[in-house]
Amino acid sequence: MLPARFDYVAASSVEEAIAAKAEGGDEARILAGGQSLLPMMKLRFATPSKLVDINRIAGLDAIRSHNGHLHVGALVRHADIAASGAVSGAVASAAPWIADPLVRNLGTMCGSVAHCDPEGDWNSVLLATGAEVVAQGPSGRRTIDIGDFVQDFFTNSLAEDEMVVALHIPVPSGRSGGSYQKLERKVGDYATVGVATHLELADDGTISAAGVAMTSVAPINRKATDAEALLVGNAPSAELFAEAGEAAAAAADPRDDVRGSARWKRRVVAAFTQRALAAAAEQAQS
Amino acid sequence: MTDTTTTPPEIGGIGHSVKRVEDARLIEGQGNFLDDISLPGMLHMALVRSPVAHARINGIDSDAAMAVDGVLAVVTGELMAAHNLAWMPTLSGDTQAVLATDKVRYQGQEVAAVIATDPYAAADGAELVDVDYEMLDAITTPQQSLAEGAELIRDEKEGQTDNLAYTWETGDEAATEAAFASADRVVSLTTHYPRSHPSPLETCGIVADVNSVTGQATIYMTSQAPHAHRTLFALVAGLPEQNIRIISPDIGGGFGNKVPIYPGYVVATAASLLIGQPVKWVETRTGNLISTGFGRDYYMTGELALTNEGRIQAMRVDMLSDQGAFYSDAQPTRYRAGLFHVCTGSYDFPHAHIKCRGAFTNKAPGGVAYRCSFRITEASYLIERLMQTAADELGIDPAELRLRNFIQPEQFPYETATGFVYDSGDYPTALRKALDAAGYEELRAEQAAAREEGRLVGIGIAHFTEAVGAGPAHTYDIAGLKMIDSAELRVHPTGKAILKLGVKTQGQGHETTFAQIVAEETGIPATDIKVIHGDTDDTPYGLGTYASRSTPVGGAATAMVARKIADKARHIAAHLLEAAPEDIERSADKFHVAGSPDQSVTIQDAAFAAYTNLPEGMEYGLEDVTYYNPPNLTFPYGSYVVVVDVDPDTGVWKVRRMVALDDCGVRINPMIVEGQIHGGLTEGFAMSSMQWITFDDDGNCIGSNFMDYLIPTAWETPRFELLETVTPSPHHPIGAKGIGESATVGSPAAFVNAVIDAVAHLGVRNIDMPVLPDRVWEAIDSAGG
Ligand SMILES: Cc1cc2nc3c(=O)[nH]c(=O)nc-3n(C[C@H](O)[C@H](O)[C@H](O)COP(=O)(O)OP(=O)(O)OC[C@H]3O[C@@H](n4cnc5c(N)ncnc54)[C@H](O)[C@@H]3O)c2cc1C
Repeated sequence: MLPARFDYVAASSVEEAIAAKAEGGDEARILAGGQSLLPMMKLRFATPSKLVDINRIAGLDAIRSHNGHLHVGALVRHADIAASGAVSGAVASAAPWIADPLVRNLGTMCGSVAHCDPEGDWNSVLLATGAEVVAQGPSGRRTIDIGDFVQDFFTNSLAEDEMVVALHIPVPSGRSGGSYQKLERKVGDYATVGVATHLELADDGTISAAGVAMTSVAPINRKATDAEALLVGNAPSAELFAEAGEAAAAAADPRDDVRGSARWKRRVVAAFTQRALAAAAEQAQS
Repeated sequence: MTDTTTTPPEIGGIGHSVKRVEDARLIEGQGNFLDDISLPGMLHMALVRSPVAHARINGIDSDAAMAVDGVLAVVTGELMAAHNLAWMPTLSGDTQAVLATDKVRYQGQEVAAVIATDPYAAADGAELVDVDYEMLDAITTPQQSLAEGAELIRDEKEGQTDNLAYTWETGDEAATEAAFASADRVVSLTTHYPRSHPSPLETCGIVADVNSVTGQATIYMTSQAPHAHRTLFALVAGLPEQNIRIISPDIGGGFGNKVPIYPGYVVATAASLLIGQPVKWVETRTGNLISTGFGRDYYMTGELALTNEGRIQAMRVDMLSDQGAFYSDAQPTRYRAGLFHVCTGSYDFPHAHIKCRGAFTNKAPGGVAYRCSFRITEASYLIERLMQTAADELGIDPAELRLRNFIQPEQFPYETATGFVYDSGDYPTALRKALDAAGYEELRAEQAAAREEGRLVGIGIAHFTEAVGAGPAHTYDIAGLKMIDSAELRVHPTGKAILKLGVKTQGQGHETTFAQIVAEETGIPATDIKVIHGDTDDTPYGLGTYASRSTPVGGAATAMVARKIADKARHIAAHLLEAAPEDIERSADKFHVAGSPDQSVTIQDAAFAAYTNLPEGMEYGLEDVTYYNPPNLTFPYGSYVVVVDVDPDTGVWKVRRMVALDDCGVRINPMIVEGQIHGGLTEGFAMSSMQWITFDDDGNCIGSNFMDYLIPTAWETPRFELLETVTPSPHHPIGAKGIGESATVGSPAAFVNAVIDAVAHLGVRNIDMPVLPDRVWEAIDSAGG
């Protein structure tokens, strides 16, 4: 790897990291697992002036359940999530689909969320489950809804002097389930199409809350709000899920590329939405 | 695995699954690859590549690059031209730009080189070389390229008025046309074998060390053919051949990619010559994928004339190849499309006519034989896909159709309609054995039941015949060099030996298997034999390792030289045993007097005597060399059966089973043979399911790194069930035929036929590779499924 020249700082606390990043301005970057940043530096698509390495900061590597939420720290690797007994639903379903085992050992969930790659899987899962991003800056912490955090293609809503310290993912107390369906060409490939679902059931068995979000079929990870609206208040059924699949397909905005035609990707969205909803319902009902 | 050994395990001759002796050092990080080499005073080179596919160069400004700390020189085409090295010959009689002077003709083409004291400075400098490009329209398909009014890509080439790279035809046109005119049925298939890339894990590289005082050029290079490269260096650069030493160290995979001479090698050598210091160049992954020898890219229309009963009468082929900007196929000179005319396959019919054209396009040149013997992969794919088409069109079971048309065992040696003489084979037995193992009848019943339920199951068959081991001097040469190969065997006084080869391993296990051949022929334990290869100062001449030629040619040379040694040892044994040489017999590990087995000496005794106690008149020493000119090619074959399940909603297909029967003649090391088959099947699966080097309309290469050009992992690679038959080659000294490429050649058609078989009842006849799920879904959808 022959990247362009850059400075390097290994921070030992979040405060130090934020300060070092602020000093470097918008050309400075946080280095977490490096699994998105380093490949881009290798190709010289990214030429940061400074890397602020957060890997030595203590206390950022925990996964905890707290107040009906799963808290995921900034140094929790994809592999930690895949191996954790604390995760369920769409999160547990998606974890083994991220990249390959080597990348999962280093790459972080927070890094992936911050990166806002529309082909990244986690942001769909977070959109479907309604998660929040915890950011820290010089004046303290704030919580950002994932829908507001993901602004655009590779763009998040962090200020220059902020970093992500944790994610808060809701864990419903009642009956719920979730699933992630991903079509990839091989292990380690980004999604051709990915669909995350999340369902909560009321006591009468009808759907009380629903989340559906899609990967790689729009300029950013996209919630299928029409599909969600269709689901809520109804009893789970194959027909309902097929209808929701069509609504999700209509909300998708895929492109023709080497992975396949847009027309076909829409059909995969429909099929996967249907399958992911069926899997979520089965989990919630069991 | 059948046990066919004649030697005990301590000797480890032919048929023993001896562990690969090269693996310990490679696994423990003690190998020596090109990038491990570091010489005192060594400089580093980075290439400046064209970001665009077609443009005129109006100027190159190197000032900013020269200002980078550590940058010593920027080499341009102009400088190379001053030394008459701006262009170089290709292996197909064309010329190729070393560094572009007039135009760039493909994205990734070499435009300049930056020499610096460290690799970072070289890369920084390369980024700052400012090239003024005047854009021209890019031509990205051979069809566009040959259309009326297309821009001339090779405007520098004297006499070239269009974009045609070559034309070539073979076979009997009149007889073929007559057979088609009177045929009951004509079946036709048009298909594209897409551009793929050999993608060795180690990219190409060189350390060129030209001594400014002696003129000695020591060149470490990722080369599959070090001797041939030495001669080409001598011819192209005008260096005296005795002063060129090419050392090909451990190689991290070749697959045909390391057969050609690339511009980077030439520029680094010229730079070392001019600067007087060693220069290292190691290609980036992207550089490797976008500029070095690709494979395939054949557009083929094949037709079969058949009787109503499905007997083939004749075959007609029209092929158009995409050569990229320069015609640089590695190919035996007189056949412009390599051995593509082996496309009559495993079938007995009298007439064929093959017409080939190649076109220049604004894409990387290459056309290397990617794990294949000069375009045999394309040929085998075409005939085996055509057999599936014929079966579907005529409503005959594809296995039955093959059985009706096979060349029969008693017909060997069999001369094909295009002039190959197949050495040996028993095709019906092979196919039946593979079908039985797969449970063919039950699978067909299951397929019919699945269709009733709306499930799609497909069973694909391919029965391929390869032509490998080029080749006989009367027919085959590369750049005029006859395709012979050699082996030199030296037995030391203690009975230990070194074997020196003209061929060069890139992972095939030569250091193990070639020692086994010597062990078989002499009784010297394989573990006592060191195999040396890859250093031209230290090994006899040879054309190198590609086209599955090592065992057929180099392996034959090894057997022959070992026999010479064994014969001399027999004479020495006679002397030691005070018997007549005619009365001495050799068993696996001893020479003994006929009829009295306890009167014996070992090969080690004979070796010691060769330096201490010789019969009168005999020359001292126990060493010899053999150059082997094979009388014919060898013709390995196999029967592959693949079962797939296709998801009609998404077009995703999964391999449920893959049964592969290979007949490569005698198996020297069955474990290594199976390893070669596993690797080849994996590559065949990759090409059929996910791999292609493709381009957008502007000629930008899509597939310039391993996120876009896909290499399957163990996860998606199917499990393989291997079977064998053994039909020795009658003309090879040990009956071996070669196995390195069979599975890559034979398997793509099996995978594709399986998917087609799953949807053929809907009327689908073809889906081009890679058989991506969207293509399957579109095919089902447009067939009204
Ligand atoms: C071969 C390969 C295959 C992959 N396949 C997939 C896949 O299938 N699905 C998928 O979702 N991803 C995939 N990835 C990406 C992977 O998941 C990355 O780990 C992830 O995108 C980024 O996490 P990271 O910790 O490595 O971040 P880094 O690469 O270190 O950083 C990425 C970006 O986020 C910023 N950043 C990181 N952490 C923070 C923080 N705490 N606060 C603020 N900014 C931060 C960085 O500055 C940088 O801009 C793949 C990567 C590779 C190399």
